[in-house]
Amino acid sequence: MAGFFGMAGCTGPEEERRAVAQVRPAQTQAPPPVPNQPPHEEDGQWTMPAKNHASTRFSGLTEINVDNARTMRLAWTFSTGVLRGHEAAPIIVGSTMYIVTPYPNILYALDLKETGAPVKWKYEPKPAAAAQGVACCDVVNRGGVHDEGRFYFNTLDGHAVAVDAETGAEVWKVKLGEINKGETITMAPLVVNGKVLVGNSGGEMGVRGWLTALRVEDGSTAWKAYSTGPDSDCLIGPEFKPFYEQDRGRDLGVSSWPPEAWKTGGGTVWGWISYDPESNLIFYGTANPGPWNPDQRPGDNKWTCGIFARDADTGQARWFYQFSPHDLYDWDGVNEQILTELEIGGQRRKVLIRPERNGYVYVMDRASGEVLSARPFVHNTTTRGVDLKTGKLIHVEEKSTGSGKLIRDICPAAPGAKDWNPSAFSPRTGLLYIPHNNLCMDFEGYETSYIAGTPFVGANVKMYAGPGGHRGLLTAWDPIEGKEVWKIEEDLPVWSGALVTAGDVVFYGTMDGWFKAIDARTGAALWRFKTGSGIVGQPVTYRGPDGKQYVAVLSGVGGWAGAVVAGDLDRRDGSAALGFVNAMRDLPDKTTKGGMLYVFALP
Amino acid sequence: MPAYVVPAAHDLFRLHTSLRAVIAVFALMLSGAAAAHAQAPAPLRVCADPNNLPFSNERQEGFENKIAEVLAAELGTSVEYTWWAQRRGFIRNTLGEQRCDVLMGVPADLEMVLTTQPYYRSTYVFVTRADRGLDIQSLDDARLRTLHVGVQLIGDDGTNTPPAHALSRRGIVRNVAGYMVYGDYAQPDPPARIIEAVARSDIDVALAWGPMAAFFAARQPVAMRVVPIPAEPAEARLPLSFDIAIGVRKGEVERRDALDALLVRRRSHIEAILDQYRVPLAAAAAREGDPPAAPAGAGKADGGDGDAAGKGT
Repeated sequence: MAGFFGMAGCTGPEEERRAVAQVRPAQTQAPPPVPNQPPHEEDGQWTMPAKNHASTRFSGLTEINVDNARTMRLAWTFSTGVLRGHEAAPIIVGSTMYIVTPYPNILYALDLKETGAPVKWKYEPKPAAAAQGVACCDVVNRGGVHDEGRFYFNTLDGHAVAVDAETGAEVWKVKLGEINKGETITMAPLVVNGKVLVGNSGGEMGVRGWLTALRVEDGSTAWKAYSTGPDSDCLIGPEFKPFYEQDRGRDLGVSSWPPEAWKTGGGTVWGWISYDPESNLIFYGTANPGPWNPDQRPGDNKWTCGIFARDADTGQARWFYQFSPHDLYDWDGVNEQILTELEIGGQRRKVLIRPERNGYVYVMDRASGEVLSARPFVHNTTTRGVDLKTGKLIHVEEKSTGSGKLIRDICPAAPGAKDWNPSAFSPRTGLLYIPHNNLCMDFEGYETSYIAGTPFVGANVKMYAGPGGHRGLLTAWDPIEGKEVWKIEEDLPVWSGALVTAGDVVFYGTMDGWFKAIDARTGAALWRFKTGSGIVGQPVTYRGPDGKQYVAVLSGVGGWAGAVVAGDLDRRDGSAALGFVNAMRDLPDKTTKGGMLYVFALP
Repeated sequence: MPAYVVPAAHDLFRLHTSLRAVIAVFALMLSGAAAAHAQAPAPLRVCADPNNLPFSNERQEGFENKIAEVLAAELGTSVEYTWWAQRRGFIRNTLGEQRCDVLMGVPADLEMVLTTQPYYRSTYVFVTRADRGLDIQSLDDARLRTLHVGVQLIGDDGTNTPPAHALSRRGIVRNVAGYMVYGDYAQPDPPARIIEAVARSDIDVALAWGPMAAFFAARQPVAMRVVPIPAEPAEARLPLSFDIAIGVRKGEVERRDALDALLVRRRSHIEAILDQYRVPLAAAAAREGDPPAAPAGAGKADGGDGDAAGKGT
């Protein structure tokens, strides 16, 4: 068993040294090439989920650095009073911190000017209780965003809300989803050019995916782009110029499906959005097709499991690229896209980096949608790579799932090489820090389930650790060379986001509750702290009103990986949580529920 | 809005109370005593969907409601409901949270719960308008490749209703429309839409779960035909008939055994209720390892045959 960092109680120096020794150092001692980045002015705030529109989750703060991180101390804590999976990033603007909880989606404003950061106000949207029964994978919320005096977030029962950031007064609240049809919202919105961008969840329920832009003034809809159906619904028009041939043609969102199937075709938009002000394009991913088993939906099932580039003002699509056409494995294509510039083949390219569920880190030209490289970052038995000429994923036929087939050793498993939890990119090291999974699965045939009085059969999915026996990893990845520089093996899947700073410290959390600081260049462990519950949140850093640098993270296990604890699932039923419980049977022995914010600083 | 019942503090106490009640009933039978002065037994705490006929609804009009009443009466008590939409998380949030103790109808091989002996076995069925005279008896009927076919759909990740898998196994795809079992919960009886679609001729034939299909077929303005779908060949490993039992929390063997005893004692009463609701019954389950048994072609299966034609209600 390698990389077993998180053993409770093992806090002695010897353990620390052993843990460090397990880190795989870079093969070469030369520092990776530092890409030429636009100058970065650090305001010490964290106003949007990914820190910036480029989604780097990189902070320019340097007070906490490689040399002193080991002296970090707990500064203060705050209990959210909620027990489900806490996946949100705290948002810090001026002297206020904003926290959005899982259902019932309470928004807290904490006053950072006061010692101990007392609650300034709280806003309770009171979402419909029935929404809990509709959400697929725990009742999570991925947080909110601040823009020009307002705080925006979404509720599980399908509403988008604007709140006055100073007073907590509701400015507007609009209903976007219909929980009676299985539609929920879990994603964090993003504000671009005076519009709040929001997408839906619920592909398992026959929901049709969309992204909509709401006017900040009143929440009215400026545009709405569906992920399936006719071009007019998908906002595909004359500006649409996809790079690859298979994405060109009329109404592919209809013709790449059996008749009518696009109407319940999934492709929901519950992940991350990035924005490039220079081209005025937004980039976001679409989730898996649904609810048909793959045999019943022949075709590429556009525009699911892919990435759209759209004009931020009109929503008109510019290009699309499909990571996993005709998805077989539930590989929602909703992961983050990091926008940066890299020297590739002697040329400086404006790129988009996407660590994808299917196991490849894609580097794409963000203007055209061309795949410049797609390199594997985990053990992969399902595909042989990406054909860069055609942009197509090359499948291993014998691993194709289908009705009644028994297939073993499918890697990566359904949560993918990496799920929603976002990576961080440092312009100083040129490395991408990817928190992710090492999971495989077996489809063992049919198992009976029962919904609304109707018996049905599901693939009996059992997930388990991939080669090496560890279930999670933090990988430092060189996107230019397309290779790993160092990695830390974790016993449990890494379901938290990552953060990297100009102090060259990487932060992430583990599902058994360790919050860790790592040397961004070497992967050496610098510091760790055991929080009360497993961490599936997104760490952030900010400069407090006192001028000091703080690092904050929500602890509170849950989400799909943590459902065995947060949802009190029966660990004897390995197929629960779509087969994830089998891989997580020991989690209830390693952590317990409880939502708590932890904030750290130097002494 | 469903009323959520606060879970009991001492569930074991309730279990024992129920057992005592069962024993008391038997004692009464043997002794012929007229009345018992024992403490009133605890209510039968049932987890049920408030909007899911013919199984259950909040007005207690479903056959699972009626059967629960029979069992409760046998225990000398009443039924207490926890209403919760039967969607993903239903069992976790009801039985799992100790809000209630009994699920009236679950497949007998459902892994998430402990089940009683099955008290009925039903099957997926073909539903057509009687006036079309289609008389489809088999999944291999060539007309299924050209007719407009509707099938119940659910879930993701290779998960679906058995007839959906059976159709795709045959490559019957492009003429098939899916109807979500979840449906629109704001409407009454959301799964019924697929049967209404047949009555309206939106589709020619529906492949749907028998109890639901037969019940709603009888309530359409036109006469309908309901025919059991025969079993798939063994190599398909795809069951189309399911044993249905009562479910309790795993480990609650005593409660399960007490319910088993009740099911035996009130068998004829339960069969009468299933008959009244026209639940299409299939032959008993085959031994483990055998292919799923074909639905009985005679006797009770007729309850789901053309006889179930609506009378223009």
